[in-house]
Parts: sequence; C-alpha cells; structure tokens
Amino acid sequence: MTTAAETVRVARPKTTTARLTAFIAQTPVHIALIGIAIIWLVPTVGLAVTSFRPRPDIASSGWWTAFWNWDWTLKNYDLVLNANKMGSSFLNSALIAVPSTLLPLFIGSLAAFAFSWIRFPFRDTIFLAIVALMVVPVQTAFVPMLVEFQDIGEFLTGRKDLITSTYAGLWIAHTVFALPFCIFLLRNFFITLPRDLIEAARVDGASNWKIFFKVVLPLSVPALASFAIFQFLWVWNDLLMALVFIQESDLWPMTIRISQLLSTYGVEFHLLASGAFLLMVVPLIVFFALQRYFVQGLLAGSVK
Amino acid sequence: MTTAPGSIVAKPPRQRTPLWKREGLQALPFLAPALVLLGFFVVVPVVWTIALSFNTGAGLRFRRWIGFDNYERLLTRDHRFLDTESFPWSGAVINNLRWVILYPTLCLILGLITAVLATRVSYERVFKSIIFVPMAISATAVAVIWLLVYSPDPQIGIVNAFIDRFGGSPVSWVGQTNTVNYAIIIAYVWASTGFVMIVLSAALKGISQEVIEAARTDGATEWDIFRRIQLPLLSLPIAVVTVWLIVNVIKVFDIIYIMTPGGGPGGASRVIAFSFFVETFENGKGGYGAAVAVIMLILIIPIMLWQIRRFRSEAVVT
Repeated sequence: MTTAAETVRVARPKTTTARLTAFIAQTPVHIALIGIAIIWLVPTVGLAVTSFRPRPDIASSGWWTAFWNWDWTLKNYDLVLNANKMGSSFLNSALIAVPSTLLPLFIGSLAAFAFSWIRFPFRDTIFLAIVALMVVPVQTAFVPMLVEFQDIGEFLTGRKDLITSTYAGLWIAHTVFALPFCIFLLRNFFITLPRDLIEAARVDGASNWKIFFKVVLPLSVPALASFAIFQFLWVWNDLLMALVFIQESDLWPMTIRISQLLSTYGVEFHLLASGAFLLMVVPLIVFFALQRYFVQGLLAGSVK
Repeated sequence: MTTAPGSIVAKPPRQRTPLWKREGLQALPFLAPALVLLGFFVVVPVVWTIALSFNTGAGLRFRRWIGFDNYERLLTRDHRFLDTESFPWSGAVINNLRWVILYPTLCLILGLITAVLATRVSYERVFKSIIFVPMAISATAVAVIWLLVYSPDPQIGIVNAFIDRFGGSPVSWVGQTNTVNYAIIIAYVWASTGFVMIVLSAALKGISQEVIEAARTDGATEWDIFRRIQLPLLSLPIAVVTVWLIVNVIKVFDIIYIMTPGGGPGGASRVIAFSFFVETFENGKGGYGAAVAVIMLILIIPIMLWQIRRFRSEAVVT
C-alpha cells in the first residue's frame, strides 16, 4: 500500500513552478468546470435574490441588477408566511414528514432483521417480491387506497373522511411506499454485520428482540440515518401524494401551497420566489449538515 | 461466507422439530407489520386498480364493467393521450417518450463529463456540491426556479434578457407548444445531473490510480485513459443510473404540474402520469385513470424483472 502511495506522489510535480505549469496546462478543464458551475448556480441565485426584492423592482428590472441597485426587503417573506399561510404550511410539512420517516424506519428495520437473521420458509421469495414492489408506480394504488381509507373510516366511526381529513392517510401512503426500499437497504446492511456476534448473543440466550434492539440497531446507525434522511427529504419535497391524500386546506404542506399561489395569483414572483426559497431551506440545511449520509442514502437509493 | 472459528461453537445441534419451523414462528412478529401494510395498501390496491381499469369507475367506485373499452379509447381515440392519426405523432405517450430519450441521455452525458473532469482539480468537493445541491431541492421549487429563468419578460427571465441583449425577440419558453417540453426537460436535467455525477464519481474513485498512472507513463493520452480504462469500468454504474433515470421519467409529474398547471398550451406538456392525475382526480373517471395507471405499470415491468435478476445474481454471492 505504501509503495502505491509513493508512486503516485513521485508522479506529482513537486516544485511551485511545476505545479503552476500543471495548473496552466489544465486551463481548458478549469474553464469548463467553472463555466458549468456558474450555469448551475445562476438559477438558484436568481431565485434567492428575487425573493428579497420589492415587488415593483422584480417587474421592472432583472434580478441581476440588484447587485448594483441595492434595495433589499423582507416584505415578501412577511406576505407569504402570514397572509398566504406559508408559515402554518411549514409546520404541516414537518408534521407530515417526521412520522412518514419514523414509521417506515421502524417497521422496515423489523422486517429487514427477519430477512437477514431469522430463517423462515420462502424467505428469499418473499424478499424478491418486496424488491419487485420497489418500482411499482404509486399511481397504481392511489384510488383503491382512498376508497380503503373511506371504508375504514366509515367502519370505525361512521365518518368517511376520518382518515383523509387528517395526516393519517398520507402517513400510511408514504410509509407503505417507502417500506420496500427501506427493507431492501437495511437488509443489505444488516447481513454485513459479523455473524459471530449475533450467534454469540444467541448462545448467551438473547431473544431475537434483544438482538435486534441491543446488537443490530446500535451497529446500524449509519444505514438507519441514510434511509431516514433520504426519506425525510423525499416526503418534504413531495407534491403528488400530498395532492391526493390531503383534502383539508388547513393541512396543506408547502408544496401544495406553492401550487395554490400559482393558480390563485398567477406567476407573481415576489410570492413564488420567497415561498420556494422557504421550501428549500430545510433540504439545504440537511444537505450541508449531513451530506455524507445523504449521498450514501442516494447511492443506495439508485435502485428505487 | 465467513467461516470464523466461533461458528463451530455457535451452531446449536438440530432438534426433533425442524429448526426453521420454530424460527419461522419467531420471524412472524418482525415481518407481520410490514407484510400486512404492503399487502393491504400496495398489493391489494394494485390488483384493484387493474380490475377498475375494466370498469367505468365513476366516482372512483366500481360501477359498470366495460371490458377493454377504456384501453381502446385511450390508445385510439384520446388524442391528448396518444394521437397517431396526424404526423408527427403527439399526446402524453409521445411526450413521455421524448422525456425517456432526452432526459437520461442529457443527464448521463453531463454527469459523466462533470464526474471525469472534477477528479482532475483541487476544488473537486466544492464543484461537486454545486452540481449536486439541486438534487436535494423539491421538484416544486425547481419548477419555480426555472419559471423565473424562462420568464417571457426580458426584464425578469435571464434567458430572454440574453436574447434581448443580442437583438432577438423574447421567447415564451413554457408558453408555446414547440418549446415547452424541452424547457421542462432541461430544468429537470439541471436537477438530476448531480445524482449521476455522484454515482459515477464514486465508481471512478474505485478505479486503481496505479493502472491510470501506468497507462500514462506508457504514453496513453487522457482520452485513451477515459475511453479504454475508465469508461469500460463504468458500464455497470451507468446501467444502474440509466434504469433509475428511466423509472424517474415514467413517473415524472410534480415539475410539469407546477411549470404548466393545465398541462401546457393545448395540453402539449402532458405526460402519462399527468393524464392519470387529470382523468382520475379532475375528471373523476376512475376506470379511465386506472387504465392509464396500468399502462404505467406495464412500462415498469421490464425494469422490475431486470432488478430482480440483478439482485438474484448478487444474492448467490452472499
């Protein structure tokens, strides 16, 4: 290993002049990369700048002029948060996303444990069936799920909208569609845990529950975190399932609120830009704070 | 297969009752919640939707059985879904096909370029973060971001500001039939390229640096290294990413719904998932919408089989 590292080091230029020449020789690469980076940044920067500009300014001059015509305001945020209820929608998004993350995490890790460390008949067949469910389009279940929710509500309390007038329907929908991926991801992690450790715990008389809670879960925090972050952002960013399963406007998450801003006021960028920026804040914080787990989750999720 | 010394001690002797039978019962409480939920809220609904697609399904309930009428109408008479009578063909299916071709291709090309180039510079991490950030953002926010970019008013939208600057007349990118789809596809490519880049870049990191250095000392050009060493070793990750992109594209909805709420000028930006939503929830035609959902399912099945097969071959190894 050391020799490999040394060969690499030897091959690299050592003096400042040599480094500089190497840097200049790479000029086309630098130009290409910086160009791409600017193209990638401009749309987001435009939105951020627009969200802080007074409404008349947005309509009369491009956001890029704001850099030399300083006139920033927080009024758009005030308007969108209070008058347009984006503040309560922010809370709704959180109330939707947190249970929709924890439920599949718990239920899925239980199942993943069984698939990795308990032997039972048809284990591989059932697991393959779950792998197959991973790519089933959510659309194929929407209508029957809604009808099931109505029937369950009617059966339990005589009220058809028992489930759909709360977050419960959306929680269930997100949970069941996250389960296959969650089971797949966690099972693949659980089977990499040392067999000796689990067997030793069994010999010591530990039950499966004890092994699951005391051995497997504590050792699997990185995988659990990867799934949790992936799922949290997935739900936070979702529009379609919220449109289908949330019927009360008081429960709307931010994504629906933005689509409503569009249909009520048309393309009014002082509202849209600040609204969209608020929607982005949480994912951006999660992204920069937990980038490693997020990337791991996404890499694993490339099969979803 | 780790046959560590400990396992000799750990294996308990087989008893009268077969081991799997006892253990099988123990698995039940772990499996039951997941299997019940999946059965009740995924498997049953999928079968239900298939049945509903042969029904009128008005008010989203079973009403009257009509055989293949929904499919027949969808594929031959619904010109918003599929129009094969006038050339060029059009409708949601053709649009989705446009997505299936353009979106993965562009994402792959850009992802590959950025992944390969980024490894050659010292600011690799910063660069990759910049490309990757849009991946964390909601498609709803991406849609708003690009509505601003594409604004037909050159005082607002930067694209038209450029065109205006160089003497052209502004274009309403999402407001006219011949540009709307490409405009939305580009926005979505912008959001997804980072994902392709991260996956391919992780795979590139796995290629031994020694091999590359050896090739370099043997006089291989940078292009040779890319073409003969890196690209062949990337074929599996590229396949995985392509499948992910295609699955993503068959389901694409959010970004189109926000950028063109009614489905664009004359329904020009509708895709299959959009038709499903409109038919089911706006027109209340449960059976007709179910037929659209079943078509989506049929399109996904080859990918499902591919995934199972890939997983099976992996399972043999473990």
